[in-house]
Amino acid sequence: MNIDWPTLVPLIFAGLMGLSILLYVILDGFDLGIGILFVAAEKEEKDVMIAAIGPFWDANETWLVLAVGLLLVAFPIAHGTILTALYIPVFLLLFGLILRGVAFDFRAKVPAYRKRRWDCIFFAGSALAALAQGYMLGIYVLGLEQGLSAILFALLVAVCLAAAYAAMGAAWLIYKTEDDLQKKAVRWLRRALVFTACGMAAVSAATPLTSPRIFEKWFSLPEIVWLAPLPIISAGLFLWLWRMSYRLPAPDDAHSLKPFVALAFVFALGFAGLAYSFYPYVVPDRITIWQAAAASESLGFILVGTVIVLPIILGYTIYAYRVFGGKATHLSYD
Amino acid sequence: MDPLLLSRVQFAANISFHILFPAITISLGWVLLYFKLRYNRTNDHAWMQAYFTWVKVFALSFALGVVSGVTMSFQFGTNWPGYMETVGNIAGPLLAYEVLTAFFLEAVFLGIMLFGFRRVSNRVHTLATALVATGTTFSAFWILALNSWMQTPAGFEMRDGVAHALDWWAVIFNPSFPYRLVHMLLASGLTAAFLIAGLSALRYLLGDRSESMWKTLRTGVALGAILIPIQIFVGDQHGLNTLEHQPAKIAAMEANWETGPNRPLVLFAWPDEAARENRFEIAIPDLASLILRHSAAGVVPGLNQFEGEHPPVAPVFFAFRIMVGIGVLMLVVSWTAAWYLFRRNRLPRPVAYALVPMAVSGWVAVLAGWYTTEIGRQPWLVHGVLKTEQAVGPVTGGQVAFTLAGYLALYAVLLIVYIGVLIYLAVKAAREGERQPDPVVQDRALDQPMRAGE
Repeated sequence: MNIDWPTLVPLIFAGLMGLSILLYVILDGFDLGIGILFVAAEKEEKDVMIAAIGPFWDANETWLVLAVGLLLVAFPIAHGTILTALYIPVFLLLFGLILRGVAFDFRAKVPAYRKRRWDCIFFAGSALAALAQGYMLGIYVLGLEQGLSAILFALLVAVCLAAAYAAMGAAWLIYKTEDDLQKKAVRWLRRALVFTACGMAAVSAATPLTSPRIFEKWFSLPEIVWLAPLPIISAGLFLWLWRMSYRLPAPDDAHSLKPFVALAFVFALGFAGLAYSFYPYVVPDRITIWQAAAASESLGFILVGTVIVLPIILGYTIYAYRVFGGKATHLSYD
Repeated sequence: MDPLLLSRVQFAANISFHILFPAITISLGWVLLYFKLRYNRTNDHAWMQAYFTWVKVFALSFALGVVSGVTMSFQFGTNWPGYMETVGNIAGPLLAYEVLTAFFLEAVFLGIMLFGFRRVSNRVHTLATALVATGTTFSAFWILALNSWMQTPAGFEMRDGVAHALDWWAVIFNPSFPYRLVHMLLASGLTAAFLIAGLSALRYLLGDRSESMWKTLRTGVALGAILIPIQIFVGDQHGLNTLEHQPAKIAAMEANWETGPNRPLVLFAWPDEAARENRFEIAIPDLASLILRHSAAGVVPGLNQFEGEHPPVAPVFFAFRIMVGIGVLMLVVSWTAAWYLFRRNRLPRPVAYALVPMAVSGWVAVLAGWYTTEIGRQPWLVHGVLKTEQAVGPVTGGQVAFTLAGYLALYAVLLIVYIGVLIYLAVKAAREGERQPDPVVQDRALDQPMRAGE
């Protein structure tokens, strides 16, 4: 491959898009997950759960806007192909995100007797958004096929991704809460882990089986040797998390952040596997990142801004997480 | 079912719903900063109460703006893939810069602005408020750069049917951009001003005579009274710019069917596109020529020049008149209220009653103005470059009808709930204002913002 500017720029943008999708999945993953766990929480616990994500959710969701923005900007042709193929699930995703985003705000401002209604909407919106994302992932993994078996597979991925988000949410609660709610979160984590592991196994198995090209990329020598750590480390992390869940909460709140970090690693590994499988395609087996890329002078213009601004964004995001660090306390406007 | 028509209705519905909230937040952020700075300077807690009341409205409007904005970014791909495929090289970077410079800034510092008052120093909290306001304004900057480029494209060339940027400065600062940006920022200022004045007047009518009610009322009325004459002037300049670059739009706004000198200003009419004439016309002779060309003999372009290539006349004509009508109403109401408030130091009940419904006048004017300019761009999506019908995607009419019904139902419910909550917040603030909480307790709490962990 000839490394020149027009070759390199789409590659950089594919990387940036991957990074923002991964950050989105991890960050909005935990707050969507907390929305899903709402269904199992008591009335008073809900306020603490909201307090654990209140200052962050909006910034977390912005990574989705950046990811879609980059798809739109860097790969305009793929953008149209993918989003028209996923027309209805995209609508359901947006519908869910809208409901969830407004429920967040409305539940704190409406008269007390209406709060329960918005709690239900918050759960429904979070669940719908997570399921829609999983469904879209399932259809995408199978190369945007929409036959009956593809739909069934996508539904399975939908449930598993929602469970994975619930696991992230539970792990975040272990970090941000104390006492009974923390103990409850440990139990939630354990249950959600089972589904998460099943989902990852299903996607890992289905991807190479539906595409001979991807099968070839994974199961030939020497690739299989240096790719082996991906599934092995993932499985190891799952086992470690499972055992950990029986020792939490630990005295002095030790290890409370570890489940979250471990899950974030699992997500990153799974994501790396997918990225490896699909490279160099942005629409599986149809359009490569170079075919779909926008003009390199336009991408160069964005890249300048990105290189300057992205570190600043990461910097103030970390600052905001530190401002609201520690255990979640009651949120109030004054 | 026609997917093109349904997609257009869907896009119109989404953007109409979306614009309502940025119209408030773009300038409400600056108003909040003003409240905060007044508090910092005077240590008068009424300013901080004003801040806390209105930061809730900001948070709610912001949340609705965010969720409906996310919808917009997906719409390009789901319904209008031809748009990005043709002009993605121009639109893409402008949208990317919006996300990079505006979205993250507002989203991250919003958390600190809303919930950080006791966790960061007062100075950082003020800074967070300023950064959120800056973010919303940056957002407006980039979106209006793109929208203006679609109206008056510049700084590019077409290669194999795809637009390529030649000069980014010319792309961003295209001929209509400065006018449109200022017009929109002022429109946002007016929307927030009348919302603040209207809800404060509601509190007044409910018996609230607290300091924070007077402070917000005065702020809203003064802001409205100052901005409206500036807006009328800028709007006129914007119109002249449109005449230069999009004469067909001006002809539709004026329902002027014939090109020529001594054209009358149509005050009211029923434009009949089939017969290509106005019915029930009431017009002032020569005035259109006078306004647009500053001479009765000035030649004004008519729709006959653009047959088959001009926008639908009636919606543009009426939308424009609604916008101008609201502007005049804003001038009358805000100046009357300002005169009583600042000269007579009181608010007569009839004026208060007039201010309450004016709370939504900004919304109506913004929507009417938006329709004037966006429908006025038809049949082009990007003026002279891409027609709307060429950009629509391969989705079926049934799919679009399904999602359109979903969006419309959702938006209708959310709008009702939003307005309901605004009124509820005003009533609640009025009740609390009457109660006049113990100032000593308030003092201690407000003067000691704490850092986390202290």
